[in-house]
Amino acid sequence: MTYDVVVNVSLKEAVLDPAGQQVARVLHNMGYAMEDVRIGKQIKLRFQAADLTEAKENARQMAEKLLANPVLETYEILVTEP
Amino acid sequence: MKVGVIIFPGSNCDRDTIEAVERLGMEAIPLWYTRKSLTGIDRLILPGGFSYGDYLRSGALAAQAPIMEAVEQAVSRQELPVLGICNGFQILCERGLLPGALRPNSSGEFRCTWEYMRITSVPRGFAGLKEGDVLRLPIAHHEGAYAVQPGQLQSLFENHQIFLQYSDETGSVHALTNPNGAVANVAGISQGLVVGLMPHPERAMASYLGSSDGQRFLKAWLGEGSQ
Repeated sequence: MTYDVVVNVSLKEAVLDPAGQQVARVLHNMGYAMEDVRIGKQIKLRFQAADLTEAKENARQMAEKLLANPVLETYEILVTEP
Repeated sequence: MKVGVIIFPGSNCDRDTIEAVERLGMEAIPLWYTRKSLTGIDRLILPGGFSYGDYLRSGALAAQAPIMEAVEQAVSRQELPVLGICNGFQILCERGLLPGALRPNSSGEFRCTWEYMRITSVPRGFAGLKEGDVLRLPIAHHEGAYAVQPGQLQSLFENHQIFLQYSDETGSVHALTNPNGAVANVAGISQGLVVGLMPHPERAMASYLGSSDGQRFLKAWLGEGSQ
């Protein structure tokens, strides 16, 4: 079956996000009071898997091996049933 | 001695690195990233640049290139000294051949400057550098702030893996000599025969270019240096 899988990759809370900080500054200058901005990545995957469990497991391996760097980032996996 | 220099799509310091190696009297062998064997190569350099356009994360995609399987095997057999410069350092970290990771500079800026740095520990195989020596080398990076998992830093120091730290010209390491926000001013680390650093020794091969300390560093890595 074809699964659509979304992997959201975020910087860990303790990791400085200079790009997010700059966006916060600009938003502030635009008149929006800003307490924090963090920028992450959303990676959308479409692939074949036997069932939901396999789709999740494959996505988890992809996240661990390539999509996220465990030193700096965390990830969450969202699978949509076909 | 045959020194391999890997060319990934987007490497752009490969020619400078080859030139530097040849100036030191070694044979430089360009290695395309699709190669699967490192037979006949005595030492290996992963040069700087922007492999795969820095897509996903700097070095993340190059770390999965076909040649990296051969690099990993040669490293695990402890038979091949490997040096990663700038993007090459990022690739070695992403592959897991060096601990830690490189995150964007704290300033949010690309930093292209000359920096002083101290040899904190002499990596295995280096000849002609000693603890406390200060080098002047250029940096040019946006993702150059070395980072580790919480609690990992101390063991890296204890194992003498942190070999290079940004300092002033007397070798003193402090917050004002940190160009990118790296933890503990780390500029380079080692693990066994694998060494990585953000500064560019291949761009400091002659005093008329600003410094010849890069020549000294590369000579030391090649085991050819003298005091």
